Amino acid sequence: MADAAGPHAPSLNYTRLFESVALLLVWAILIFGFGVAMPKSFPTWGNFSIIFASYAPAALLALAIIVPLTAGDYDLSVGATLTLSASMIGVLNVWHHMPILLVLLVVLAAGAVVGLFNALFIIYFRVPSLVVTLGSTSLMSGLVQWMTDSSTIGGVDDGLITAVVGLRLFGIPYAFYYSLVAAVAMWYVFDYTPLGRRLLFVGRGREVARLNGIAVDRVRLGALIMSAVMSAAAGILYAGVLGSADPYSGLNFLLPAFAAAFLGATTIQPGRFNPWGAVFAVYFLATGITGLSMLGIPLWVTNVFNGGALILAVTISQLTRGREASDIG
Amino acid sequence: MHEETNGSAASPAFRSLEAPVALPVLSLSGLSKTFGGARALCDVSFSVMPGEVHGLLGKNGSGKSTLVKILAGFHAPDRGGQLEFNGEAVDLPLQPGDFRRLGMSFVHQNLGLVPSLTVLENLRLVQLTTATSAFINWGAERAAAREALTRFGLELDPGERVDRVSPVERALLAIVRAFEEIEAARRLTGKPGLVLLDEPTPFLPAAGVAKLFTLIRSIAKLGSGVIFISHDIDEVMQITDRVTVLRDGAVAGELKTATASHGQIVEMIVGRYLAKRPQASHTKSVNPSVFARVDHVSAKRLKPTNIAILRGEILGLTGLIGSGYEEVPYLVYGARPCQSGSLSFESGLAVRLPDMTPRRAMNLGFALLPGDRQRASGIDSLPIVDNMFLPDVARFFRAGRMRNGAMMKEARELGAAFEVRPNDPHLRLSALSGGNAQKVLVARWMNRKPTLLLLDEPTQGVDVGARQQIFFALKAAADNGTAVICASSDADQLAEICDRVLIFARGGICAELTGADLTKDRITEACYASVSLGQDHPSTPSIQAAS
Repeated sequence: MADAAGPHAPSLNYTRLFESVALLLVWAILIFGFGVAMPKSFPTWGNFSIIFASYAPAALLALAIIVPLTAGDYDLSVGATLTLSASMIGVLNVWHHMPILLVLLVVLAAGAVVGLFNALFIIYFRVPSLVVTLGSTSLMSGLVQWMTDSSTIGGVDDGLITAVVGLRLFGIPYAFYYSLVAAVAMWYVFDYTPLGRRLLFVGRGREVARLNGIAVDRVRLGALIMSAVMSAAAGILYAGVLGSADPYSGLNFLLPAFAAAFLGATTIQPGRFNPWGAVFAVYFLATGITGLSMLGIPLWVTNVFNGGALILAVTISQLTRGREASDIG
Repeated sequence: MHEETNGSAASPAFRSLEAPVALPVLSLSGLSKTFGGARALCDVSFSVMPGEVHGLLGKNGSGKSTLVKILAGFHAPDRGGQLEFNGEAVDLPLQPGDFRRLGMSFVHQNLGLVPSLTVLENLRLVQLTTATSAFINWGAERAAAREALTRFGLELDPGERVDRVSPVERALLAIVRAFEEIEAARRLTGKPGLVLLDEPTPFLPAAGVAKLFTLIRSIAKLGSGVIFISHDIDEVMQITDRVTVLRDGAVAGELKTATASHGQIVEMIVGRYLAKRPQASHTKSVNPSVFARVDHVSAKRLKPTNIAILRGEILGLTGLIGSGYEEVPYLVYGARPCQSGSLSFESGLAVRLPDMTPRRAMNLGFALLPGDRQRASGIDSLPIVDNMFLPDVARFFRAGRMRNGAMMKEARELGAAFEVRPNDPHLRLSALSGGNAQKVLVARWMNRKPTLLLLDEPTQGVDVGARQQIFFALKAAADNGTAVICASSDADQLAEICDRVLIFARGGICAELTGADLTKDRITEACYASVSLGQDHPSTPSIQAAS
């Protein structure tokens, strides 16, 4: 009933338009509010360039998640893949002095292996994706502890650090632009290629897709590999932003990235996981968290904010879809 | 209030019910039900005696399911009908669940078992979930279950999961459970109960049916009434004492099974208006030439079968439920696993059907419109445009990007051609009525100009107007040389659109109707007659066993 795409399209177009930009408006209000509260420190270019750069890995992670989500599979292992990737950079580059470009290739290949591993159990053995990726999260976290001796590895190649945070455009480190490039690429694939449509068809109606000649398993396999490779790339950004490999903190990105994926599905193209929505949602959450911590609010509020946003986002997207059954899960 | 056991000796495990007067367990009189303006039931009366197995027969739409739903409390009958249970008037309408209190129990075709739970948990489902005691005595439950199972000679391990036992055992379990429920009611009221079996047999092998009948007999012997609903006249003649036939919502007649003949029952079901309707005017513009031959196609419910598919012909497939006809479109398209068979074209090209996949079928120009619209045919949550061009998106990818505007324009044109209302390609499929949604999906496949169009119940849940438009589209396709195969249980529809109809029984073709024989009544008759014909050729056990 509350379907905004109802039969009376003309009169509801405003509702639809408002729905698409609602999150952006809330974001603007948030910025305005923090700006009024902290006129000296918050609304500065310096502050925003830090937000943009430090949350670039989270943005890439959110983009990674929406690929399998669109195809109807959960990938909870993106956070662990990010950590694995960052840690491998530390181990191979710092401890084993492997050249950084080779290390990056190895790390991306490792991401592909993680994707294949998940896909083997999800597609071939038909284990629910939630279970498989939860398991591989723990598995990878263990591997990371083993190979890093549970220690932070500093001294990652300067070339990487320069490429990620050293170089700037309009005062914003390159890290942010890498995520933007990924978003543009995904926008193109999702909206302007047959592959994007097939991904959506598989996610929304697996049996229908199969009977219409779509290679459902191959599409799901590709989506799972893509999300793992993109998570590995997010790990590269993370290592560059930190300048070191931290075996623990990467998992903290999982929840905000998921929250952003779902929150993003309520905006730009409401009812669909979409790359711009995901990127905006990440920076919306980042603005909230940064603003709150600048106000001196204790650290635990971050978690409350992320968790609350996730539940709220899914609830809103459920309401906009007129309480139809969720498209995934 | 007393009952009698209809002359049969009651098992010592139960109170015997000696009594002077035989009072019906269930007695209905003057029951009517109107939906909108349509009469689904009209002044129906019948009764079931204790210890009697009473058959309820009638073709699809004769009112059987409406009657069952009134008893189950899903529908409220029109005012004026009366229902007595063991001689006591019961207020109508019944509320959902009332039947349980009265001592009635239903076994529907899907059996209502939870496959992932154990035999014990299923058997005691109601008791376990409604028990008021604080904890479950599993030992006692297991003993009670074992006792109930052995009483009817069922050798089932109460700890076995239901999805691991055979289909026959599942059916038996569901019936034992239903019986246990009415026995529980009887312990409170001291009166016999009623078990209603709604088509429990179509998917069971012959040996299983025999077991099931033994069980039904032993339940009736204990003094309960049994209503047995089936399409299979041979089975009905074997198991029932009396038969009530419904036709067009009214009682067409009541027979004592012992003195009734097969033909008499068929006649009662079909009715005697043998005056033939004028033939539907689908004149073929193309001379029928063979498009392809299906040889020895077989699957779980289908014995090796040969079918010739002709160009420009609309071929109907029908039969009673479970006869295997509905499998054929899916098997030819590679949508369901096939045990054997091949498809050979006149060009000499041959495809092994077990190797067929939907994609390969589409490359051959085949199209499949499945019967399960929401799960297998359309995607409700996506716009009309995506549903129309689901298999064709690649066609709109030009110079590096999807031409979404062109796609939308073509969708609007296609929607206009198929009279989709409202014709707005942005709308979700779920915003359309069943008939309009089906038009969108028909348009999807017609737009591809298929060589072979496979349909399963193409007009189920489709309103009359849309139905005519879909028929028109099918005929137009046939006139252009497309071979059309339409599986349907709707004899009316088949008579209207088909050039030839194959009747299936027990997993094989048993009759072929063409020309003047192609009327609604002849099709229905052939379906019912087929059942006994089918028995002349006993089914191959290997195939039955696999199901």
